[in-house]
Amino acid sequence: MKETKIKTRDLSLYYGAKMALNSITMDIPEKEVTAFIGPSGCGKSTFLRTLNRMNDLIPGVRITGEVLVDSLNIYDKQIDVVNLRKKVGMVFQKSNPFAKSIFENVAYGPRINGINNKTKLEEIVESSLKKAFIWEEVKDRMNDSAMALSGGQQQRMCIARTLAVEPEIILMDEPASALDPISTAKIEELIHELKKSYTIVIVTHNMQQAARVSDLTAFFYLGELIEYGKTRKIFTTPDKKHTEEYITGRFG
Amino acid sequence: MSRQKTITGGLFVGVTAFSAFLIIAVIIILLVVIINGGKDTFSWEFLTSFPEDGMMKGGIFPAIFGTVLLVLIMSVAAVPFGTITAIYLTEYAHEKSVLAQTIRFAVRTLATVPSIIFGLFGLGFFIKFVGTGIDDVFLGGQLKWGQPNILWASLTMALLTLPVVIVSVEEAIRTVPRELREASLALGATKWETIKRIVIPGSRSGIMTGTILAVSRGAGEVAPILFTGAAYYLATLPTSLSDQFMNLGYHIYIMATQSANVDQTLPIQFATTMVLLLLTFTLNLAAVIIRSRLRRNAK
Ligand SMILES: Nc1ncnc2c1ncn2[C@@H]1O[C@H](COP(=O)(O)OP(=O)(O)OP(=O)(O)O)[C@@H](O)[C@H]1O
Ligand SMILES: [Mg+2]
Repeated sequence: MKETKIKTRDLSLYYGAKMALNSITMDIPEKEVTAFIGPSGCGKSTFLRTLNRMNDLIPGVRITGEVLVDSLNIYDKQIDVVNLRKKVGMVFQKSNPFAKSIFENVAYGPRINGINNKTKLEEIVESSLKKAFIWEEVKDRMNDSAMALSGGQQQRMCIARTLAVEPEIILMDEPASALDPISTAKIEELIHELKKSYTIVIVTHNMQQAARVSDLTAFFYLGELIEYGKTRKIFTTPDKKHTEEYITGRFG
Repeated sequence: MSRQKTITGGLFVGVTAFSAFLIIAVIIILLVVIINGGKDTFSWEFLTSFPEDGMMKGGIFPAIFGTVLLVLIMSVAAVPFGTITAIYLTEYAHEKSVLAQTIRFAVRTLATVPSIIFGLFGLGFFIKFVGTGIDDVFLGGQLKWGQPNILWASLTMALLTLPVVIVSVEEAIRTVPRELREASLALGATKWETIKRIVIPGSRSGIMTGTILAVSRGAGEVAPILFTGAAYYLATLPTSLSDQFMNLGYHIYIMATQSANVDQTLPIQFATTMVLLLLTFTLNLAAVIIRSRLRRNAK
């Protein structure tokens, strides 16, 4: 078993008075792919977003318990959220390119980090796009608007944009749910490649996808972590009846 | 029963169609009268020359120049200030905080204050208080800023048009999708970096619309500049912020009420009105086009 990268301890989250996560404790290992599955509204996105503090942006959210990244509690007062988010990158369900050129999209993060040297930026952009398997498709149109890319290309460019910040962890919230099968296959292949260097947490509604890409799987239901373990085990001999029912498609 | 319904229904359609027709008719009559009265006087010469013979002849160049200068200085003041306020309201203030509520209330109130009140405020605040204050403190009481000039008039006009800018920019900021802000923040941008690099560029057309609407409003209003800087007649163009200026709207008013022979100046009045209408109409049209594009993009 690899080292633990992220730990949560009794993590609960409330939207106003409504509890969305109930006392979740789990360890997410380094450089593996961990998948979150569960029926709609069970709190997968909410949980994922607690890991880079994206929920801070929503008014009325209250969090109790701890999230430790590299053994540091990220909800500690001394933690710089901006630095945390550089370390814990995020890819969203709907690809969200900026209304800028492909180059400027990928260079966005490095520029914020104060890198302005053109050669250096070009280097980072190229290597990030290569890591996201999209360099060949866009290398001749770096100055075109990113909006002109296809949905699948946009999503891979968004992944490249995240990689350009050199995160250690990448959170993906249904990154392929809006894509066609070919683009989805490309993203899955990419995830496979990325896990060599990054810790990946992915939310998915697609059971086959979870089974294909992940090493570990966590099943959530109504804000609770029902079962968590090796993907092979979860998909073949789950301990909980609930998990089995969900995986075999009998509910949810 | 049903027959009665048909009759009332038909009547209603008739009444609405008639009111619609009436409005269009009014606009057409207005345009015909103005264009008819002004077309013989309207010329390149008219646009580019000074008034002559106590404004009974000649052109309206100083009034055009003064109006353009007025709205320029006004924009320089109102647009950044309004944009910053809109950013504060949408991005930083909590929707229900006392301060945000107060600002919103103030903006709404400001938008309903009669324009002559702005004129009086400008006179009292900018000229009597700020201007005279500057003269007393820095110029040893010599009269320079404590009298009407283009700066005070522009600032007064800026106050009047501020709500227009704030509302337009706010609307535009709200059309910047949450996903883009989240993308930026998730890349480790601070809130301010996100505003600077994503939100403001994404609201550019809203800022444009706000500016154009403000300019078009400022170009047409007379009351705010009546006591704060507009001049009856000037032989030279303003060259400094402490100079007075001529203005299209005020020029029409003067010719219609103060001229030695009002009837003789009628063609000039009509032609000046044409210029003013053309100016505000073009500006409004531009604003409408930009705004509709903005709305389409938001979808
Ligand atoms: N901003 C919010 N304010 C209030 N309640 C919210 C908010 N976001 C999510 N919720 C609620 O929290 C619960 C968990 O939502 P969440 O989006 O995390 O579910 P999910 O598992 O990601 O669902 P899906 O599979 O549909 O994406 C839901 O009941 C949802 O209605
Ligand atoms: Mg979700």
